[in-house]
Amino acid sequence: MSDAVTAPKGASSVGPVAQVEERGLQGMVTLRADLSEPALAGAVKAATGCALPETRQILYNGDRAVAWMSPDELLLLVPYVDTVDVVAALEAALAGVHHLAVDVSDARASFAISGPGAREVLARLCPVDLSPVAFGPGEIRRTRLAQVPAAFWTDEAGRFTLVCFRSVARYAFDALVGAASGDKVGYFQES
Amino acid sequence: MSMRLEQGGRLINREKPLGFVFDSNRLKGFEGDTLASALLGAGKMLVNRSYKYHRPRGIVASGPEEPNALVGLGQGAWFEPDQRATTTELFDGLTAMPQNAWPSLGFDVMAVNGWMSKFMPAGFYYKTFIWPRAFWKHVYEPVIREAAASGRPPQEPDADKYEHFYAFVDVLVVGGGIAGLQAALTAGKSGARVLLMEQTAHWGGRAPVDGAEIDGKPADDWIAETLAALEAMENVTLRNRTMGAGVFDHGYALGYERVADHTPGDGRVRHRLWRIRAKQIVTATGAIERPLSFAGNDVPGVMLASAMRDYVVNYGVAPGRKVVVVTNNDDAYRTVLALIDAGLEVPVVVDARERSDGPLASEAMRRGVAVECGAAIMKVKGKKRVEGVMLCRGNGTGGAGAPVECDAVAMSGGWSPVVHLWSHCGGKLKWSEENAHFYPDPSRAPTGAQGEAFVRTAGIASGAMGTGSVLKDAAAAGAAASRSAGFKARAAAAKAADAEEWPMKPVWVMPEQALPELRSKMFLDFQNDVKVADIQLAVQEGYESVELTKRYTTLGMANDQGKLSNINGLAILADSLGAEIPQVGTTTFRPPYQPISFGSIAGEARGEIFQPLRRTPMHDWHEHNGVAWEPVGHWRRPYCYPKPGEDHEAAVAREVLATRNSLGLLDASTLGKLVVKGPDAGRFLDMLYTNKMSTLKPGKCRYGLMCNENGFLSDDGVVARLDEDTFLCHTTSGGADRIHGWMEDWLQCEWWDWKVYVANVTEQWGQIAVVGPNARKLLEKLGGMDVSKEALPFMGWVEGELDGITVRIFRISFSGELSYELAVPAGEAMALWSKLLVAGREWSITPYGTEALHIMRAEKGFIMIGDETDGTVIPQDLGLGWAISKKKDDYLGKRAQERSHMVSPDRWKLVGLETLDGSVLPDGAYAVGKGVNGNGQRNTIGRVTSTYMSPTLGKGIAMGLVHHGPDRMGEVIKFVATDESVIEAKIVSPVFYDPDGEKQDV
Repeated sequence: MSDAVTAPKGASSVGPVAQVEERGLQGMVTLRADLSEPALAGAVKAATGCALPETRQILYNGDRAVAWMSPDELLLLVPYVDTVDVVAALEAALAGVHHLAVDVSDARASFAISGPGAREVLARLCPVDLSPVAFGPGEIRRTRLAQVPAAFWTDEAGRFTLVCFRSVARYAFDALVGAASGDKVGYFQES
Repeated sequence: MSMRLEQGGRLINREKPLGFVFDSNRLKGFEGDTLASALLGAGKMLVNRSYKYHRPRGIVASGPEEPNALVGLGQGAWFEPDQRATTTELFDGLTAMPQNAWPSLGFDVMAVNGWMSKFMPAGFYYKTFIWPRAFWKHVYEPVIREAAASGRPPQEPDADKYEHFYAFVDVLVVGGGIAGLQAALTAGKSGARVLLMEQTAHWGGRAPVDGAEIDGKPADDWIAETLAALEAMENVTLRNRTMGAGVFDHGYALGYERVADHTPGDGRVRHRLWRIRAKQIVTATGAIERPLSFAGNDVPGVMLASAMRDYVVNYGVAPGRKVVVVTNNDDAYRTVLALIDAGLEVPVVVDARERSDGPLASEAMRRGVAVECGAAIMKVKGKKRVEGVMLCRGNGTGGAGAPVECDAVAMSGGWSPVVHLWSHCGGKLKWSEENAHFYPDPSRAPTGAQGEAFVRTAGIASGAMGTGSVLKDAAAAGAAASRSAGFKARAAAAKAADAEEWPMKPVWVMPEQALPELRSKMFLDFQNDVKVADIQLAVQEGYESVELTKRYTTLGMANDQGKLSNINGLAILADSLGAEIPQVGTTTFRPPYQPISFGSIAGEARGEIFQPLRRTPMHDWHEHNGVAWEPVGHWRRPYCYPKPGEDHEAAVAREVLATRNSLGLLDASTLGKLVVKGPDAGRFLDMLYTNKMSTLKPGKCRYGLMCNENGFLSDDGVVARLDEDTFLCHTTSGGADRIHGWMEDWLQCEWWDWKVYVANVTEQWGQIAVVGPNARKLLEKLGGMDVSKEALPFMGWVEGELDGITVRIFRISFSGELSYELAVPAGEAMALWSKLLVAGREWSITPYGTEALHIMRAEKGFIMIGDETDGTVIPQDLGLGWAISKKKDDYLGKRAQERSHMVSPDRWKLVGLETLDGSVLPDGAYAVGKGVNGNGQRNTIGRVTSTYMSPTLGKGIAMGLVHHGPDRMGEVIKFVATDESVIEAKIVSPVFYDPDGEKQDV
């Protein structure tokens, strides 16, 4: 394998109350199947070490995670270099079960938004209740970032990870940086 | 003359003078002033000329209802027209221009319209300027634009920043007067997440000006304590300078925060648009005082009584020294008392009621003010400012009148609750006979998804008129909203008394029997110059509907949307129709409550991120290599790569010839790529495509057509079978998302029991077409895969590693040349592109753009979705019958294609076209036949769908749809260009180049 690159490669910006940085290569696998299929939990566990997520939930295990995307779709996060093997393993584990496992690592861009203003950055662009009570670790939200589709989640440190399509990575980065350059709105209670 | 008083002004800081410029005059105001109060304080009574008659106009109101005092604010990139002086906070260095005063405020040539007014009646735009038509563009429009100049558009891009902010709350309270504060306090105590918005910089509304007492304290104290209590609540957010702009379905509301209008240039965003989802909305939006209709009620110096009291109490500003107060209710006596307290003179109160000895009137009389009951102002004397009034009996026609000297008039026609936000989403109104106003009908509230009320009103916005009633109503609204949002709430209100007031008397015309001469000087709508006589004329001419009367007379249109004029206007309309006011009803209240800036609506969407730009993995390379871009949906694709000194046409020709003769390279990454997998995938694709896909063997590709249910061609592309269960469907660049949605639609809604999953992997793969006679040599040079004719025949695909990069190679051709399309994970696409460029140098490898692609496909007679199709074309029209399976029972569009019109031999069909002189046919040109149609137009027999100069063939080539086209090979038909010149073209085969396909299959 040659050196794969992300878009926009290594971009970052430090604003007064939030930082935005491109996260580098992230393995991602879309898995579509009947989520109640008995073989599924085992296959996901083997791939990520995680159980099946509930609606709008994301579960972590070290550098792996699994997120609920829709009633018949999961997103598996794995190290980029492992993606091909993970897809193959899923296909083997789900042989005979109607499913679709496909590598979408290169179709996406991902960003980290951190700092005390991170929630406000996203609340400027996404129609999501970003108050700490409504949106905390373990939650994933598929939504709209200004004019493009996106999904994001947060961790215990208040750092947000956002994924969008690769072709609009520059747009998403510019929109995030613009939002991060704004003044504090002061709407969310300090968390 | 208006002036600053020695004393008073609870909102201004006399220690902090501020300089500003109005109409080129350098003036002084104080911190805390609005532009309006500063202008009045500086003696500027005349602020504008009226829209139609160019009458001198002064400041009438103190808030958002102000119709006259609109200014152009700022300069250059910070200029904005139509800014209301009454809602503009003064700052040092503010620059404002009156915007309807050509050539100047003092001397106005258009004031001639005043004595021309009898020739400019209601609907005069409709009546006067209908004919002759040519005059519209060249005479009427320029003259009207000059004469009726409102704000001038800014000439430079807006230098400010704007943003959106999404907020989710349990209870949104709009309005920070005492009702809003009480409602928010009640809701806040329940634990609900509360957002309280106030449009001005100050909390408490008009209660302090009106001298209210709450919980035994002056209103100001109660407001300060309540604010402190709210600020201490973690679940409550307070936002001043934030207007509730609109209420929409599902608890969606807009808040318009003017973050930095009063601190320009401090680097903050200027406006923030709050996009709010609220479980419950409480509108505590107060009320607006109505003017009275008497002759000359628009002369500068005539002002709403409450506004005059605001200016005196809040800003220490008076519009005159001798003020006649005219009223039909008790509230105006508060203005009388405020004026006397400020040391001003009130020569007489003109009270339309037969008796006036309520507590407020009695207090005024006790302090020596004369009250004339049953009286009216016959007319105001003075042109650019009030010089006096003539009084008469209220129930008469006017008569001679008795003069009273004064320099200002305060008028009060009663109060109308601000019902706009309540009404935006369907809240209904009731008519109060007692107060002569519309107020919200709580039994017909705006309702949410479950049919439950989601908007409530609080305080005077509900029609509660006394301080005590306001607070009780607000506490009840706050509690009810909290409960509906799922909280336990107690409706405990602060204690206050309702001041004793005598009933008001509806007065719509003053005097009641005024003759036409007076009625034609009684202004209803100051902003649009609509008079009582105009409404009466409209009724005479047959107008009955309030909505139509609004458009015909312009009553209640434009910037202020009739905040002062609506009720008075429709009362006149009702009277003229002999109907009751509630039967006539109101016009529709539409958001926003007041105009909001375009910048706030656009938010972040400007400049580079006005729209998302989709970039392929090779985007930056294209940019660095002289690309000329073409927008394709949100993508940018290279149109061509002109070299220095080369125009686009030359570049395209070079790219085509280089590809045909040696080697070309195309970034095809935008191509749509959908993975379709499952036991029923073949069956599914057999339904979606017109041809049979289920028989395709793994490792092979097949071109397919997709139609919609009406049989029309919708998309096309190559399908590759990846394995027994899995297909990869290529779509057009613009069609990927649409076809993905189309597939999901059928799978989710119609064939939900079919076992098929679809994923859109368009962006997972970069796609590079390596095209031309040397294409194979290039791939063989890179090495790692066998791409020979035997190992990878035409319409086959293989997977492997090309010089260390994982690829899928599809042996497909859209150019007619030997061609390989390389799909590569997007992260490695640029690396592969670079390798191909370097290795291809020996064959002069030439990147080509979409225009070369189009030309090469047209030379081959390949159709392009969007060129040969337009939503009315079926595959059979395009000679694509070979791609329609005869063996299948069904496919989407099959039945539609059997309809009589679809099988008609008269459908226009695809042919090639060659001009006799080798020139290029104009795109979209029609071929003309014999005779004319019912509209006298030439009959048409065909049209051009694609047309190019072919560098390969050295002549113009085209495709078109022609009546009986394929049966007319060799015939010459006539096309008409837009300059009406006629171009002759011969009907030929659409395949101009390599008809036997020998070049692509080598």
